[in-house]
Amino acid sequence: MAAREFFNEMVDADGKVRAHYASYDEWLKGSPVARIEQKRAEADMLFRRLGITFAVYGEESGTERLIPFDIIPRIIPAAEWEKLAAGLRQRVRALNAFLHDIYHGQEILRANIVPAEMVRMNGQFRPEMQGVDVPGGIYAHIAGVDIVRAGQGEFYVLEDNLRVPSGVSYMLEDRRMMMRLFPELFSRNRVAPVEHYPDMLLDTLRTVSPRGIKDPTVVVLTPGAYNSAYFEHSFLAQQMGVELVQGQDMFVKDDVLYMRTTQGARRVDVIYRRVDDDFLDPRAFRPDSMLGVPGLLSAYRAGSVTLCNAIGTGVADDKSIYPFVPDMVRFYLGEEPILNNVPTYMLRKPDDLKYVLEHLPELVVKEVHGSGGYGMLVGPASTRQEIEDFRARIIAAPEKYIAQPTLALSACPTFVESGVAPRHIDLRPFVLSGREIRMVPGGLTRVALREGSLVVNSSQGGGTKDTWVLEN
Amino acid sequence: MLSRTADHLYWMARYTERAENLARMLDVHYRMSMLPNASVDRNWGAILRINELDGDFAHRYGGVTQANVVRYMAFDADNPSSIYSCLRAARENAHAVRGTLTSELWETINSTWLKMRATRPEAMENDPGAFFEWVKFRSHVYRGVSVGTMLHDEAFNFARLGTYLERGDNTARLLDVKYHVLLPHQEAVGGAADYYQWGALLKSVSAFEIYRKVYRDAITPMRVAELLVLRADMPRSLHRCMDEVYANLELVANSHSRETLRRAGELHANLHYGAIEDIFEGGLHEFVNDFLARINDIGSRITEDFLVPMAA
Repeated sequence: MAAREFFNEMVDADGKVRAHYASYDEWLKGSPVARIEQKRAEADMLFRRLGITFAVYGEESGTERLIPFDIIPRIIPAAEWEKLAAGLRQRVRALNAFLHDIYHGQEILRANIVPAEMVRMNGQFRPEMQGVDVPGGIYAHIAGVDIVRAGQGEFYVLEDNLRVPSGVSYMLEDRRMMMRLFPELFSRNRVAPVEHYPDMLLDTLRTVSPRGIKDPTVVVLTPGAYNSAYFEHSFLAQQMGVELVQGQDMFVKDDVLYMRTTQGARRVDVIYRRVDDDFLDPRAFRPDSMLGVPGLLSAYRAGSVTLCNAIGTGVADDKSIYPFVPDMVRFYLGEEPILNNVPTYMLRKPDDLKYVLEHLPELVVKEVHGSGGYGMLVGPASTRQEIEDFRARIIAAPEKYIAQPTLALSACPTFVESGVAPRHIDLRPFVLSGREIRMVPGGLTRVALREGSLVVNSSQGGGTKDTWVLEN
Repeated sequence: MLSRTADHLYWMARYTERAENLARMLDVHYRMSMLPNASVDRNWGAILRINELDGDFAHRYGGVTQANVVRYMAFDADNPSSIYSCLRAARENAHAVRGTLTSELWETINSTWLKMRATRPEAMENDPGAFFEWVKFRSHVYRGVSVGTMLHDEAFNFARLGTYLERGDNTARLLDVKYHVLLPHQEAVGGAADYYQWGALLKSVSAFEIYRKVYRDAITPMRVAELLVLRADMPRSLHRCMDEVYANLELVANSHSRETLRRAGELHANLHYGAIEDIFEGGLHEFVNDFLARINDIGSRITEDFLVPMAA
């Protein structure tokens, strides 16, 4: 695996440093190892003191871990970013059009471009949303689209996260940390700023408030302090200057949502919710949910409050729907997709299933509804026993899985125990859709710290890097 | 502001203040125990009684020794009133509303807890005084950072309410128990032992030097009580605590807090216009008991008026 050919972000095939890394490389070579080591230790200490941590499910309750931060930035030249950004805009527009369509006329199903049963039978499809008009027709206000680079450096979309994508706080904190540790780097390089993301987010949320409300009250809804992404919820609420609420802080009366404040009840217009659909309203979804607000769905359907993201977006980022996204772009926008999909085998198709079962050691197999790097098989990195175990699971329920070729993800130099070595990375830009589609340049770069590993998820021991888009 | 947010801020402040007062109390006992003729059992037992923990302690630890009481009151994670538990609760409350705190304040509370969690009780047994000093110091830092960095808005007011209700309660308890321990018989005043004991009480609330400055005279129980009850310029006195409680309550008032504000104002007026001779005539113990009942009533009413989410 380690010997596999991959695109190196910093160095070209001849071992020459790429132009956009030249200035950084020169700085790194001129920096004493002891200083770098000291800065790395400082970064660890600062992250811990700031409490920038995430909770790990399944470990001792309340365990908080640091997400390892690597001090070598991932650098993207402006021209590359512009192309990526155009592709992201296009893709997110198509996905929102798809969501609007399947909850209204279902033209794409009638045109037989997406098989109707794949939508209607999908657990993430919410019949409650049918015929509901949401402000601006926007469903996925915040999308975290995972992008990887493979082969000679081509970009591929790995998945579209349209439910409650997380990680943006790390993007912002990584930048703050880099500027704190190495201010001189920012005077030598024209790095596009990202610090205005919270303002952009707030502005986006305000543009989708229910009709007729001039100065909407926006809140962030969190499952609570023990959620793995609580730091981020709290951080975003603070940065936007809005209340961080839990379900118990709110109630619905006559289809209007209120929060309980020290000065009495106060109306809420827009919720940036970081709680999954299933938990939003115990009356409509899981009755045992303590995280939601009874009656919220009814208020939402009545149009008195906006949920961001909308209920029922999961049907569009489902791995079984993913293969159809390029067709959505063509169908709704009449354009050719700018960004490529990874070729995907759908195991509900007998031919695909047969091929995949014969080639498991080369493929990556994912659960259709899985996320966070749980429930996946990376063939080339698995033992024979692991592969056979997974084979049995696939045969038991093939429709639950898709498979993709193992991409040789691009790698970026990273500090590891043995020194600086290439480690595989991905990129999650955050695309905001309100009155217009906006994003800050770059996104969150995640890095698989184990040698040869392709799994970048923080829950699986991945780290993060600051992401620089260099301005011309 | 969200009721729940206000509640967390209030308890964050209360637990921080409680940890400090515990450290003060333990510190002064520790110092008194170094005096000749100190009745160790009596002093350390009083710590448990003042906090209404003598039953639980006897059940789990048995003998009242300095090491046992310090272990129980400072480091025991299963004692909800230990310094350890208070700092943990302060941090948990802060964590729940960290977005409302300034980053400096959150860092302060978080690093206090990280250090507390990493502290091994065995390492502190030979010199618990250093640990108590550290707790007080961290509380000073908390106070400085909160006053110095927080916007003086509702969030700040609720934190201050928590601080001063807790402090008033703690000072009153300290005064009451000391009064009993030190004066089993009303007439037994005077002598070197009493001097040191009253001096230790003053030191536990950082008032020894203040006493010297204010009275320039020998230490007498009545003056000590006057200082800790009635002096508005003494930062840990009951009067001062009620000054702050009333002022902050007035700033956050809502449509149903009128009666709470009235009661706080009434209690404040009693302290503002009270005379120590009258208090002693009615009995200091009776006075303190009445104060504790009233300040706890105000605390419950604040919870009802502001902090408990209203019914939908």
